[in-house]
Amino acid sequence: MQRLKTYADKLSHLFLPLSVLVILIIINLVKGADYFKITMVNGAFYGNIPNILFGASELVILSIGMTFVTAASRGQDISIGESGAISSAIFVQYVLRSGNVTIWTILVGFLISCVAGMIIGAFNGTLVSFFNVQPMVATLILFLGGRSIAFIIDGKVSPILANELSNRIGTVIPGVPIHTPIILTAVFIALVAVILKTTNLRLYVEAVGVNPSAARLNGINPKKVIFLTFVLMGIFSAVAGFIAVNKAGRHDSVNLLKFIMMDAILAVALGGNSLSGGKFSITGSIIGAYTIEVLNRTLLRLEVNPEAIKVFKAVFIIVLMVIASPVVRVYAKKVIDKVKRPARAPSVRQTG
Amino acid sequence: MQSETMLKMEGICKSFPGVRALHNVDFTLRRGEIHALMGENGAGKSTLIKILTGVYERDAGQIYLEGSPVNPRSPQDAQVMGIGAVFQEIALCPNLTVAENMFIGRSRDSFVHWKKMNAEAAEMLNSLGIPASPTQELASCSIAVQQMIAIARAVDMDCKILILDEPTSSLDEDEVQKLFALMRQLKDRGVGIIFITHFIDQVYEISDRITVLRNGELIGEYETSALPQIELIAKMMGKALSDVSTMKKQEPQKTDDSVPVFEAKDLSSATGVKPFDFTIQKGEVNGFAGLLGSGRSESVRAIFAADRVTGGEIKVNGQRVKIRSPLDAMKQGIGYLPEDRKGDGIIDELSVRDNIILALQVMKGFLRPLSRKEAEEFAEEFIKKLDIKTPSTSTPIKSLSGGNQQKVVLARWLLTQPMYLILDEPTRGIDVGTKVEIQKLVLQLAEAGMSLTFISSEIDEMLRVCSRLIVMKDREIVGELSGDLSEQDVMQMIAQGGH
Repeated sequence: MQRLKTYADKLSHLFLPLSVLVILIIINLVKGADYFKITMVNGAFYGNIPNILFGASELVILSIGMTFVTAASRGQDISIGESGAISSAIFVQYVLRSGNVTIWTILVGFLISCVAGMIIGAFNGTLVSFFNVQPMVATLILFLGGRSIAFIIDGKVSPILANELSNRIGTVIPGVPIHTPIILTAVFIALVAVILKTTNLRLYVEAVGVNPSAARLNGINPKKVIFLTFVLMGIFSAVAGFIAVNKAGRHDSVNLLKFIMMDAILAVALGGNSLSGGKFSITGSIIGAYTIEVLNRTLLRLEVNPEAIKVFKAVFIIVLMVIASPVVRVYAKKVIDKVKRPARAPSVRQTG
Repeated sequence: MQSETMLKMEGICKSFPGVRALHNVDFTLRRGEIHALMGENGAGKSTLIKILTGVYERDAGQIYLEGSPVNPRSPQDAQVMGIGAVFQEIALCPNLTVAENMFIGRSRDSFVHWKKMNAEAAEMLNSLGIPASPTQELASCSIAVQQMIAIARAVDMDCKILILDEPTSSLDEDEVQKLFALMRQLKDRGVGIIFITHFIDQVYEISDRITVLRNGELIGEYETSALPQIELIAKMMGKALSDVSTMKKQEPQKTDDSVPVFEAKDLSSATGVKPFDFTIQKGEVNGFAGLLGSGRSESVRAIFAADRVTGGEIKVNGQRVKIRSPLDAMKQGIGYLPEDRKGDGIIDELSVRDNIILALQVMKGFLRPLSRKEAEEFAEEFIKKLDIKTPSTSTPIKSLSGGNQQKVVLARWLLTQPMYLILDEPTRGIDVGTKVEIQKLVLQLAEAGMSLTFISSEIDEMLRVCSRLIVMKDREIVGELSGDLSEQDVMQMIAQGGH
């Protein structure tokens, strides 16, 4: 019984993203009963579900990073798309300049781009934690300048990654039925789970996000923790950039991961996380990210005019955020309480 | 003229859920007097002020302003009636000019008449002798001048009563004198001033009368000149004590070589506490005694490096060590339970379990987390040991009562097995039962060889627990007391010490 209750407690913060996901799936099923249909083409799975998992890969990874940044710094990093564009530009340049592309070329290129992401994260983190710049303002710098830097690294418009390995990383490896980005994302999530299990990242980040003053008096350095979350965000951006550029097969410095920070922030909020920091749920953010992908695809499937898609999305988000807001929650609780004991309330008022 | 009553508050009562903040309190203020409102923490000073300024609604009682009953509903409302207030934190906009700050939100006009506003501001600053120009940015003024401008803003609109809540706590001696000059000038104009401070000497310097509150009740109203300092202190602290408890105090165990567990020399921190020396022996319980704001907390915070340490030498078990951060202190075996439980102690959204293991976990390091099972066991162990009432280990600590929250913070430090534990107001705002439990625990820990520093606003509690008292006044140590003490001794020392 006790266990059941704690399990229900855990699920309560996932109520919002899960219910949205269910509603979206019902809409899709009404539209066409073959929604869950998966077909096998050339030894790989295709269909709505694999497409969603495939399409959401970068967003999932970035949402996890955004969750850490939000929880610790009580603010958001809006330069994640640009940071991914810069680090993947470096990856592309390394691969293009190293003649014969082997698995080692890709791996070394990837690691170099991760280091670049780390440096970018450290830059943002330094501004936020040591100079007390608001996270959004600090990351605005790279948001504005990042794509120019990526273009300068490219040296020309959209260099093409024409090699077999990149193609496999971006799509499928022959003989493996699941698309590579889906596998990479799964591995990434597992890695994050291991990090959370083997370090005190969660405790430190939550303590700093909830009460930095108390955290400091217990020996935690809030500045270092916030710095660390930005460095992690930088690395995560590099991973997302790596997947995105291999998917696309070329490095489009203008459009790669464009405006993805909006969706990442939304995924964090949708996952039941407070945007003003504190306790966080990675599971929530992951579900939130997939939900956004489902939403995007649902709107496409409903044949909403592509020009109008953003309006629909905006309306949907407004409704969602109002429902999830504390104001509505308090009101709903009042209504439920009233419904639960309708007989007693008036009599109390009369005597009082 | 001097004896004309301006404000009369009668039989004021106010309760909050579970707390009786004010009970049947009377207060009178005459025209042109400076009236000090005194009392320790929780005495009800700020509740009374908040009722007067319309922040809180009173449960019972009457307020008469110049003879007619009034009922302020909001601070704006009170200001229209002529009751202005200036609080410790300056509520002005630092990036606006002095004149803008004085008039902002005042006029019903949609347009600002800059010339007129600046001229009026200049006249006002001049008449009050405030050294600032109307067009100057507020941030470029010193804190004292900003404080004065806040006062100028408050007294501007036909002000009859001015409330100053701790206006001097961030000012230096010189600035305080400037502020006092302004207060005297307003007094001569017939403004009645209610002055709240915890600096006893300032009360005697400037006030005409004193009203003392304690635990939400009126203790009395006195002419300042007729009330010796020691009596004031006694009244604030309260003398009505049940006979001293039967608890036995532990005398410090003398180790063979008698090397103190902790020793500080000329320790000082950025908070402005005067450099001080401090030692504690193994198994000793000592305490910093003094009134609120005397520097008790600042001193222990300096020991734990909770504030930036600016100087001094520290020895732990005779070895010189550097303590530059709370983590350094923790690694030397020092624990610190802070005064502000909500702000500095608990991490309110996190579970009881996480709150208990926090300090131990940080000492173990980032890469060595306790397993879920270990954490659970530690939490269970201390929930049982300290009798913490919580539905489960994963309940968020914010849903526990104050006393149980405090026990969790205590458990957090006991789990690290410190050799020296600092407890700053561990019993504040918690029920009597838990209070006694904590006092007993302190003595048990000392018996087991731990050294403790115990701070409390309640002198009788400190006398019961501590074998040695370090007495502070105005951010300075004024003496040390040990042996069989009475409250009288402590008050005597506070009254005589210092200036």
